[in-house]
Amino acid sequence: MVTRVARKVAGLVATLLATSFVIFGAAYAAPGDPVTFLAGGKENLTPEYLAAIRAQYHLDDPFLVQYLRWLGDAVTGDLGRSLKYNDQVGDLLTARVPTTLGLVAYAAVLFVVFGVALGVLAAVRGGRTDAAVVAGTTFATSVPPFVAATALISLFGVQLGWFPVGGGGSLWHLTLPAITLALGALAIISRVTRQAMVEQRELDHVTVARASGLSERLIVVRHVFRGALGPIVTMCGLVTAGLLAGTVTVESAFQLSGVGTLLVGAINTHDFPVTQAVLLLMVTAYIAVTTLVELVQPLIDPRARSRS
Amino acid sequence: MLLEIRNLTIEAGGNRPILRDVALSVARGEVVGLVGESGSGKSTIARAVLRLLPQNAAARGQVLVEGQDVLSLDDGGLRSLRAATVSMIYQDPRSSLNPVRRIGDFLTERMVHTLGRGRKEARGRALELLAAVGMRDPELRMRQYPHELSGGMLQRVVIAAALAADPALLLADEATSALDVTTQAETLALLRGVQAERELGMLFITHDLHLAAAYCDRIYVLYAGTVVESRPASALFADPRHPYTAGLLACTPELGDPRPIKPIPGRPPSLDDAFAGCPFAPRCAHAVAACASSPPPSVAVEGGSAACHLIKEEAPAC
Ligand SMILES: Nc1ncnc2c1ncn2[C@@H]1O[C@H](COP(=O)(O)OP(=O)(O)OP(=O)(O)O)[C@@H](O)[C@H]1O
Ligand SMILES: [Mg+2]
Repeated sequence: MVTRVARKVAGLVATLLATSFVIFGAAYAAPGDPVTFLAGGKENLTPEYLAAIRAQYHLDDPFLVQYLRWLGDAVTGDLGRSLKYNDQVGDLLTARVPTTLGLVAYAAVLFVVFGVALGVLAAVRGGRTDAAVVAGTTFATSVPPFVAATALISLFGVQLGWFPVGGGGSLWHLTLPAITLALGALAIISRVTRQAMVEQRELDHVTVARASGLSERLIVVRHVFRGALGPIVTMCGLVTAGLLAGTVTVESAFQLSGVGTLLVGAINTHDFPVTQAVLLLMVTAYIAVTTLVELVQPLIDPRARSRS
Repeated sequence: MLLEIRNLTIEAGGNRPILRDVALSVARGEVVGLVGESGSGKSTIARAVLRLLPQNAAARGQVLVEGQDVLSLDDGGLRSLRAATVSMIYQDPRSSLNPVRRIGDFLTERMVHTLGRGRKEARGRALELLAAVGMRDPELRMRQYPHELSGGMLQRVVIAAALAADPALLLADEATSALDVTTQAETLALLRGVQAERELGMLFITHDLHLAAAYCDRIYVLYAGTVVESRPASALFADPRHPYTAGLLACTPELGDPRPIKPIPGRPPSLDDAFAGCPFAPRCAHAVAACASSPPPSVAVEGGSAACHLIKEEAPAC
């Protein structure tokens, strides 16, 4: 167990290093000389000024040196200074990460609860219920988030006045955005749940349990759902990890100042320290979630324990 | 009669029924063999006793357990029959256990959730049963998962689970076919032991006619979903009346037996093959014209019955 975790962590560090290299490289290779943006406009382009900026940001150093300097700073917690806000990138992130994390966590709770419940319902009832769940969740997923956001805002925010229409700060504020975000994941989670349950239901040991007189409810809970848990947890984890990097549309539709809007703003204004930091953060979060899912698997399936 | 099956016909698509007009009975304390080639419908009969029918199957006839017709029981009655009266030991022990749950859960689940025993009591009983079926270190086994046990050990676990409910009828569906000979012998002795001790009725399913003849009191030979011969084991072994039974016996070589091995020609029929007459006629060396055109009636022979046109012709002579 300990060696397995250690090996896992080593793998993670390697992955993160590789990603950070790609992220930094992409920003370096992006079109346009950062100096132009740093200087703040064409009229400021006096040679002395340019040289001063290049020196300040070490832009004349070789690529590798620049990368290593950036990496070293990042590891020690110094992500640089935003070109646009003239703030520490770290501070910007701390201000915005809670909103995005809260949004994703809220959405995850919603799609796990409703997606799994709908999937179980579809598997157990079959027939029309199954068809209705497929149709409903497919529709919910195919509605683009900004349309769903608009619809939710006008119905629950404006018409009924149940929820605030924008801004963050409380669970209350996050409800409509979280619903919008969760809608997109509902179909896949309910499908995976249904499929896994149907597969499990066909297995011999379920028939054996039924033949021992167990009630249908207990069979579903203790055997079918229990057996289907592996794929369900994996899929929920993967979807959550994906959401971490996919909150932009929802954040801007609901005027939430989260990491997604920060990233878009940073890209538009060539604020590359922020861009790099946000991308690195998203990749880290993605890897963290998927690793967690992987580490949980042996708890769900004892066969995975002895295999590794 | 503990188990009495009357005119059981099960259809599930296909050109012929999976079972046709099967009649079979098991008395308390009796070991009854059910023999046939793969696909002849042995498992289907055993599963029908628990009303585990194939999907989209239509069943006609009666399956009486202690006088109650299983096929027309309500849900509650069916659950209590499955929980307390009839237990089945399955063909493949590895796939009969939930791979993600402990052996202990498998053993106690039925006692706790269907028979309403307390957890502690069920645990104690499970330990007792594991010891009774010859498992060493029952405490450890209870905590293990199926993949940590060998096939023979799993078979013992499955037998222990079948005995947990103190059933009156045991259905052993090829309970020993997947085991090596020594484990097989141990398991057979074990089954016979508990059967005699508790006076269980047992339906012993196997494709090995020699084993059945040695192990059972009476034997039913099944071919393509019909019972072709049913007689006491010794009589059937000494003097098989149906050509199929004789053919099965001739398939296995015996030490000191000068006769050559004679496999039955042809293959067992699938569900796509329909028969107007005797299902065995296409493979039968003695077939006459009547065999292909009309189904043979069941004729009383020494100790039981056999379904063959040829026997009917012989009958007045004996
Ligand atoms: N669920 C099902 N749906 C349709 N047909 C089935 C189903 N289960 C079994 N059958 C068919 O019923 C026939 C009898 O099957 P059964 O499992 O009873 O045979 P068996 O005698 O137990 O064979 P084996 O020795 O291989 O276990 C086979 O032809 C099989 O294809
Ligand atoms: Mg079978």
